Amino acid sequence: MNTAIAKHHTALLRQMLRIRKFEEICVELYSATRIRGFLHLYIGEEAVAVGVMNTLDASDALVTTYREHGHALARGVPMEAVMAEMFGRTTGCSRGRGGSMHLFDVKRRLYGGNAIVGGGLPLATGIALADRLRNESHVTACFFGDGAVAEGEFHECMNLAALWKLPVLFCCENNLYAMGTSLVRAQAQTDLALRASSYGMPAWAVDGMDVLAVEQAAQRAVETIRAGGGPCFLELRTYRFRAHSMYDSDRYRDKAEIARWKERDPIEALTVRMRDAGELTDDALKALHREVDDELQRAVAGAEAGPLEAVEDLTRFVYAEES
Amino acid sequence: MTTTYREALREAIRDALRRDERVFLMGEDVGAYGGCFGVSLGLLEEFGPDRIRDTPLSESAFVGAGIGAATAGLRPIVEIMTVNFSLLALDQILNNAATLRHMSGGQVGVPLVIRMTTGAGRQLAAQHSHSLEGWFAHIPGLRILAPATLEDARGMLWPALLDPDPVLIFEHGSLYNLAGELADDAGPVDIDHAAIRRPGADVTVVTYGGCLGKCLDAAEQLAAEDISAEVIDLRTLRPLDDATFVESVRRTHRAVVVDEGWRSGSLSAEVSARITEQAFEELDAPVERVCSAEVPMPYAKHLEDAALPQPDGIVAAVRKVVSGGG
Amino acid sequence: MPSLGADMDEGTVIEWLVKPGDTVHKGDPVAVVDTDKAAIEVETFAGGTIDQILVPVGERVQVGTPLATINGTGPTPQPAPAPQRPATPAPVPARPAQGLPSEIQGGPPEFPVGNPPAQRAAPPATVTSVDRLKASPYARKLAHSLDVDLTAVPATGQRGMVTAEDVRRFAANPPRPSTQPSTKEPTTTPAPRHVVQQGSPRAAIARLMTRSTQEIPHYYLSTTVDLGTAIAWLSRTNRELPVAERLVPAALLLKATALAAQRHPELNGYWTEDAFRPADQVHLGVAISLRGGGLVAPALHDVASLPVHDVMARLRDLVERARAGRLRRAEMTEATITITNLGDQGVESVHGIIYPPQVALVGAGRIVERPWAVDGLLGVRPCLTLTLAADHRATDGFTGGRFLATVDRLLQTPEEL
Repeated sequence: MNTAIAKHHTALLRQMLRIRKFEEICVELYSATRIRGFLHLYIGEEAVAVGVMNTLDASDALVTTYREHGHALARGVPMEAVMAEMFGRTTGCSRGRGGSMHLFDVKRRLYGGNAIVGGGLPLATGIALADRLRNESHVTACFFGDGAVAEGEFHECMNLAALWKLPVLFCCENNLYAMGTSLVRAQAQTDLALRASSYGMPAWAVDGMDVLAVEQAAQRAVETIRAGGGPCFLELRTYRFRAHSMYDSDRYRDKAEIARWKERDPIEALTVRMRDAGELTDDALKALHREVDDELQRAVAGAEAGPLEAVEDLTRFVYAEES
Repeated sequence: MTTTYREALREAIRDALRRDERVFLMGEDVGAYGGCFGVSLGLLEEFGPDRIRDTPLSESAFVGAGIGAATAGLRPIVEIMTVNFSLLALDQILNNAATLRHMSGGQVGVPLVIRMTTGAGRQLAAQHSHSLEGWFAHIPGLRILAPATLEDARGMLWPALLDPDPVLIFEHGSLYNLAGELADDAGPVDIDHAAIRRPGADVTVVTYGGCLGKCLDAAEQLAAEDISAEVIDLRTLRPLDDATFVESVRRTHRAVVVDEGWRSGSLSAEVSARITEQAFEELDAPVERVCSAEVPMPYAKHLEDAALPQPDGIVAAVRKVVSGGG
Repeated sequence: MPSLGADMDEGTVIEWLVKPGDTVHKGDPVAVVDTDKAAIEVETFAGGTIDQILVPVGERVQVGTPLATINGTGPTPQPAPAPQRPATPAPVPARPAQGLPSEIQGGPPEFPVGNPPAQRAAPPATVTSVDRLKASPYARKLAHSLDVDLTAVPATGQRGMVTAEDVRRFAANPPRPSTQPSTKEPTTTPAPRHVVQQGSPRAAIARLMTRSTQEIPHYYLSTTVDLGTAIAWLSRTNRELPVAERLVPAALLLKATALAAQRHPELNGYWTEDAFRPADQVHLGVAISLRGGGLVAPALHDVASLPVHDVMARLRDLVERARAGRLRRAEMTEATITITNLGDQGVESVHGIIYPPQVALVGAGRIVERPWAVDGLLGVRPCLTLTLAADHRATDGFTGGRFLATVDRLLQTPEEL
């Protein structure tokens, strides 16, 4: 057993567990109406966020979607700040103005969950343009779903980023459904990496249920981008285990299909792998669970205790404030 | 010096590019072509392709990229060829530029300037002639400017770039050839207040952009009839400087609002509403509006003329509020 | 509850704009009242502190009912002179008791908001006039500060609106009461301000009739109707009826007028907003003079569809209730054409003034025996002079003439009425 590798794997497992447990608590809180609004859960897709995020530097930028709790947590936004946002508190990472779909943390260069499908791509393209014009070697990672590939903005941005060789890592989380519309019912060409490659950028498909495969692919892409090779495209093939949003009746998917994908649970897969390699004992796993549970408990308690924005401040943050 | 509106705009862009290396111009045909309306002619040669950046015909992508670049610390000037094309980028303007600051709880600012041509009068028909600035003026989070004079064409860009929030500048297409004297040292102007372009005592005529000249012509005609019209140029369409026009109405007790937008749900409606909200007791006649006919802009010259506010219509509206006739 | 319209007899408070303890000044709006036609702000005519709200929101009260009491400026008066107060807890201190502290402080003493019955001549009717009159907001403000009665100012503005210039002109050169009443001034010249007291029923009629003559271009037609057949039919019919149910010629006249109005709908309805709007039914206003002066013209609803006997019964009922002051609101507002009959007074013909926004007024004089020639043979017949005053904006004399001819024809076959 290589200790460094074991430590790295444990870190990946911890991040995925944090996301999984966070989402599971959200289900409970949502059901109890303690958090409201739309709630899009990332359960099943954890390997994507964790694998990609692990390859980014602190100075790299991140633009993501409305299913972004996992990205924010993997990026290092404190769990309590994310949870407080769900509770609409000023201590939330967007002061309670954004909610579940709009998590921001500019200190960590997280430029938001964007709830317009495809809407984050131009933003990411522009952030990358700024970095390029300033000769910075930062990468902007832009997450979006398979649904966004049908939007005009996707194609405009693929073209623009490739044309100007902008440092964007396009991460398409292909979970096979744009809300309730399956990929095959919406796309003439379902090989998304093939479509991206038509814009003249490196593009390849990755098993999004395998955190190590994601990490490896992302690493390669980030290196290409940092070297000035322009944007890269990753099609991360994944699956969400739960409904599109709390709640939908999931009538558009076959129960057997869901069960089949669950057999490939990324957390389960990594756990088995680590056990087989002797990198993880039962005690260590228990300890890991306990550690994450504790963090969650503190996050929920802290979040719920956070103050609400004064209603007199309703119209703040529409324009810049005098500092 | 004698100059034109177009040259004044170009000088403003040149000045901004020199003042701040974070500034760059981006848009369709702004570089090699020199700008659809010739505003950026010669700038590519002077500043190079990184700072005078031609884009593909992808309004959503390059407007969004401008938003991203602004967010990341640059000061982009994005040119959209005409306001009708801005609709292809409306998602980015509304859902990102105007809202990021609020959604992020104040963390993300978008110090972006978007310039575009607006308005009719050049027989460009129904997809290149509309005045949609009123729609944008509806949106919190944006600042909307409408330079109607050489001074404002020259002076509004720099303060707009200094604004920490997105600013949209609407250049009326009929003004590019406007020629006149501009002070050699003309520079940045205030972008918070409306301006009284002609003082008067009997009626307040509120307008902006391409209609300013028509209103001043009308005021001249009215002076011959002994009617003294005060002409106010809004300049900033959002946030509206209502104090200036309301104060004027308190003196004149009558108002005519002239707006090239369609009447229904227009900026003129907003101005009229604010007058009645804030100076109801001062009104001696209902507020009159002169707006474009509610029709997509026709091509034929006589139809286009008939569809737009014209001095005669403005004069008639003023007579109506002043004399009670009509 | 102020009278907010000549036809208003009750009102409902739908909102209080003040609460006890609030300081109000003369002219401030204090409540919103629903008159069934519109929600209207009621202003106070006294300044001071609101003491007590007497009529809660939602309550419907007669015009004249005090709505609230106001104390003079300054703190709530001391309860010192209690013995002078009535022993019963009457909620209506309509008149100030002498010597209250407020009086010492110089402010107006307690005074009800509104118009107690004993104070018919008090200002509330000013609200009526200002509310019904078209004036620009600025003109209103100016009139207030120059103490000009807007109702007296001739309007030159858009849609008949009084403008600030009108007010200024009026204030600079107020018309004097005419020294020679026989020389009539043009109708646009307002009546002198103080001929009648503001707020009296007379004032309401004055305003209405002034408005009518100022706004409506009247034309007049008259015809003489032979009532021989009708009178003969009446006396036959009445022989079989109990005294209390006997018909009078007026019943026939009303029915015939209503039928004629139905056949000439251009005369039955309202002139509003520069257009004539015909009414669906004929609600015949009947001018009734009141004991003690005054005039009302309540409506008999849908007269055209009523048998003559019912018209008669309804007419009796209406006159009785009008004179007892028990008319219903709908009767006060819904007439679509009016008839006035001054025959009882010995008058032979009436050239009347239309009730706006109606467009026609039918006048009937005394039935007199006259020499009358039919087919070249002279006889003596009971005759009636029937007149029509009509709004020339809505109709022309041709229509009016046909209308009168129809009434005449209908009266010749009374059995069919």
